[in-house]
Amino acid sequence: MRRFFTLFGRELGSAFHQPLAYVVLFFFLVVTGFNFHAGVSLLNRDAGTTTMVEAFFNTVYFWFPFILVFPLITMRVFAEESKLGTIETLMTAPVRDGQVVFAKYFGALFFYLILWAPSLLYFVTFQSVTSMNAAGAVGSYVGAYAMLVLIGMLYTALGCLASALTDNQIVAAVIAFAAVLFLFFLGLLSLFMPGAGPALRDLTYYFSPVEHMMDFSRGIFDTRPVVFYVSSTLLVLFATFHVFQYRRWKA
Amino acid sequence: MPANIPLPGALSRPIWVTAALQPSGLEISLKGFPMVTVEQLTKRYGSATAVDAIDFEVSKGEIVGFLGPNGAGKSTTMRMLSGFLPPTSGRAEVAGCDVFSESLRAREHIGYLPENVPLYPDMRVQEFLRYRAALKGVPGRRMNERVGDVLELCGLVDVGKKIIGRLSKGYRQRVGLADAMVHEPDLLILDEPTIGLDPNQIRLVRDLIRNLKRHHTILLSTHILSEVEMLCSRVIIINKGKIEAMDTPQNLRSRLGAAGHILFEAKVPDPRLAAAELRKLDGILGAGTRVDGEWTIFTIRPAADADPREAIYELAVSRQWPVRELSRSAVSLEQVFAEVTHAEEL
Repeated sequence: MRRFFTLFGRELGSAFHQPLAYVVLFFFLVVTGFNFHAGVSLLNRDAGTTTMVEAFFNTVYFWFPFILVFPLITMRVFAEESKLGTIETLMTAPVRDGQVVFAKYFGALFFYLILWAPSLLYFVTFQSVTSMNAAGAVGSYVGAYAMLVLIGMLYTALGCLASALTDNQIVAAVIAFAAVLFLFFLGLLSLFMPGAGPALRDLTYYFSPVEHMMDFSRGIFDTRPVVFYVSSTLLVLFATFHVFQYRRWKA
Repeated sequence: MPANIPLPGALSRPIWVTAALQPSGLEISLKGFPMVTVEQLTKRYGSATAVDAIDFEVSKGEIVGFLGPNGAGKSTTMRMLSGFLPPTSGRAEVAGCDVFSESLRAREHIGYLPENVPLYPDMRVQEFLRYRAALKGVPGRRMNERVGDVLELCGLVDVGKKIIGRLSKGYRQRVGLADAMVHEPDLLILDEPTIGLDPNQIRLVRDLIRNLKRHHTILLSTHILSEVEMLCSRVIIINKGKIEAMDTPQNLRSRLGAAGHILFEAKVPDPRLAAAELRKLDGILGAGTRVDGEWTIFTIRPAADADPREAIYELAVSRQWPVRELSRSAVSLEQVFAEVTHAEEL
């Protein structure tokens, strides 16, 4: 366990040693800040039953940076290590392959969570300024942030798999971006094909992050998305582990 | 136990007495303890064979030099020993642990410095060494001591707080060495530790390695022969994935000692006649001549195990040739190396 935390600490440390982390953090805050502003003006124009939390987590301004950030976070995790050759010193230290894969994955996931942490302040600010409730109930917060973590788990895993596939960070980012985008738009298929009927919508609900977020940010809890995200994350991590091992042994 | 029961002589003494009576035997048995055992180790990449069924052993306390041209399979062998690459077939043991099936335990005994010295350019030297030490299982209470020790040993105290990416090549090499030995491994595997350094830095790294041999068994690869002669107690010459020769540098040299030629420089009236006379002497296979002003330089090839220098001297005295040089050149490892790796071209 000590080795896992050593590796995990290194992963997180290396993210903040490079300017990339700060650039991503900065622009992420700019975009989410703008998203918050858009949410507030939406409520100003048309105060229906929508709460602030719903308005924040269900806009284009939310989804756009959300999707874009995964390739940026994950592209370096394995690709940089093989490019620098440090994979050789890393894997000749007495550490298990699994420890390395998990430490790298959780390092990236943790960084993703750090990105979202400031967004909690928006709601605190909202409540103290407007003295209104930002969410209908606590379940709204719990649901929205739980979904943020769940979707993040899968997409980070996809990014890690992409990074394990190649030595080139750009290639890793492109593969990750394509995979995340594909999964995201697959969930929106029923929107593009309104004629296909309710059967398609039922099917795409299983992997549509937009629909999941819509439900969860209202405080509606559904086990289906939870099972989907947890199991597919494990599947992708399993694949990552094997790709990582295969590429080393083939080298 | 009653005292009157007869026992075989050796057993009648306590073990420690037996050991004390045979100090040399005890020493040999400790020194001979194998640190590395390699059996039929093979690595194939597709149809290309990088390492072809090699066998060797390295005993505790030895410095063994892995010598070979580029692409001979040195790095591949070292990568397999360090647990980075799995062998296609065959097996290797380090400190009694199989490097494949007990990889983690074997890796704890190994400090490995890869050829290109990969380091994290974003870290500071001290931070990097602490990270590597923790990864290799140095306990927290010994961390400061170990990191301080290797910083001092490798001459890195002044740059401990510097970012690795800004260090010169020589310093990086030393950071790599410090990393390799931060967890006090029994075996150091150093892949071309002096490549790409300037002569001063090479000297520093060599001094460092020489100081390490007191505490570590060292397996190093190089294609610089003088390095092997200076550092190693044993040489393994490897070419095209096969071991071509394995011996001490001295033995390797004397094994080919006969090939060393004799240099004889004298003032002779007629170089061709003089060469013909020399060839008639016992133990001389051939003589070549070269003229340098009034002097003639003879390059004489003696027969195996023969030393005809005395006969040459007597011939020169009887003919009254003034002599300015009569010497036998020692075979350098360069020649040994050329002999075993390109035998067909000679």
